[in-house]
Amino acid sequence: MPHYKKPDAGSWTQHYPELGTAPVDYTDSIDPAYYEKEREAVFKRSWLHVGRVERLPRTGSYFTKELPVLNTSLIIVNSGDGKIRAFHNVCRHRGNKLVWNDFPGEETEGSCRQFICKYHAWRYDLTGKLTFVQQEGEFFDLDKADYGLKEVPCDVWEGFIFINLNPQQTLAEYLGDFAKGLEGYPFGEMTEVYSYKAEIGANWKLFIDAFAEFYHAPILHQKQAVKAEAEKLIGFGFEALHYELKSPHSMVSSWGGMSPPKDLNMVKPIERVLRSGLFGPWDRPAIDGLDPLPAALNPAGHRAWGQDSFEFFPNMTLLIWAPGWYLTYLYWPTAVDKHIFEANLYFVPPKNARERLAQELAAVTFKEYALQDANTLEATQTMLATRTVSEFPLCDQEILLRALHKEVGDRVKEYSDASAV
Amino acid sequence: MPLPSEFSALEPYLAWDLATEPERYAKRLASTMDEMQEFYDAAFPLLEDAITFCDKFPLDDLSEEARTVMHLMQSLVMVSFPVEVWKQPRVPDSGAAYLDVIVEPVV
Repeated sequence: MPHYKKPDAGSWTQHYPELGTAPVDYTDSIDPAYYEKEREAVFKRSWLHVGRVERLPRTGSYFTKELPVLNTSLIIVNSGDGKIRAFHNVCRHRGNKLVWNDFPGEETEGSCRQFICKYHAWRYDLTGKLTFVQQEGEFFDLDKADYGLKEVPCDVWEGFIFINLNPQQTLAEYLGDFAKGLEGYPFGEMTEVYSYKAEIGANWKLFIDAFAEFYHAPILHQKQAVKAEAEKLIGFGFEALHYELKSPHSMVSSWGGMSPPKDLNMVKPIERVLRSGLFGPWDRPAIDGLDPLPAALNPAGHRAWGQDSFEFFPNMTLLIWAPGWYLTYLYWPTAVDKHIFEANLYFVPPKNARERLAQELAAVTFKEYALQDANTLEATQTMLATRTVSEFPLCDQEILLRALHKEVGDRVKEYSDASAV
Repeated sequence: MPLPSEFSALEPYLAWDLATEPERYAKRLASTMDEMQEFYDAAFPLLEDAITFCDKFPLDDLSEEARTVMHLMQSLVMVSFPVEVWKQPRVPDSGAAYLDVIVEPVV
């Protein structure tokens, strides 16, 4: 008997009949040829989140983004004309990487009035126009207007910067109703940032799988709760309050009994003093926009609501916690069995030491959990690669995984069919 | 930096006066459980007083003493998982996994 009501179809999965209920083939996470198709069919034509506008506060603020999955490096810049622009990070003269410090493969950031190539000092203004050529008279019929930086479509939604090498839709159309329903959430107030990075020895979809279901939480993370609480959680198992798919995106809404806990004995001593933990500081920041919440949050209208996790296809998780903070995860493939994982935690800037330490505990706790999550992935990847078993049964609480693998599969198939013609 | 007298019990643990997460995490991994337990036992009872002391200053303009106290309390948070939960310095079952902090607010 479920604790939370499921759709009339009997299950969340059957509510979306196109998903089916059959076991899912995970060859899509180990096949190098499939990965190459994903790069073309998914990553090179989807809107991809590369950073927040707060990273570009002034005219000339920029950062670079290494994107092996797109086989490029981008410069993202506040060009001062009210626009954020993205350019391929390549000088038009002879292909030198334009912006980098010391190590060409490492991302960098800063502020400048123009971009000057280290090699022959060609200069570009912040809108990408070539403005200066060293010894211009030595060139043959060179028109500077023909040699601006190669621009990449770039747009901003609620302060989130996205790029797309080959857009099929505008950003707003692409992000669709979930994004519309989140508009007005005070993302812009949450500027206290903790960012994390790791290379993970697993296919990018496997880490999304790990974060898109909480069926694992009472088991994998059981030692993180006090013993009696852990036993109770295992007994209950996990059930979401609500799932929703708006192809290609999806979301899961979950309860949040820990912020604050009903009984202080449920949590660890440091959490009792700092009034914080995995779910964030228990005391809401005093800002507007958290009550009432935008329509897309807490879709079940449940009083025990704790967090909503949105999977913006293909590789962005946006997780909004009831106590008034949020995080993003990005999964950047580097090979069929490897990806760079990025996590960003965003809080309202603390007003004092008490609030600062509460956020510190939330950030430290996040890392303890994420390390447990990360390490299971390499083990999974290794065993999937043996091809001993390739089809796996996914339960109703794993509906988002089923949806992700299907969305990717549909695009890869469409791309393959079109290329075969 | 000598500590205010009410925090003199923390004098033996000034090696935990570390401003950044990578430093605190590295010290955690390099410490024994006995060392972390001893630091925790000295620091935890002072956590509430430490907050009260630091909150006499604006967060972006702490005195040198208050910064040291903050760093020690951030280190207390860092060792709280090994001491209260794991009973070992590393996250169990985390194998070779790592997760580097690349951006953080520094007190």
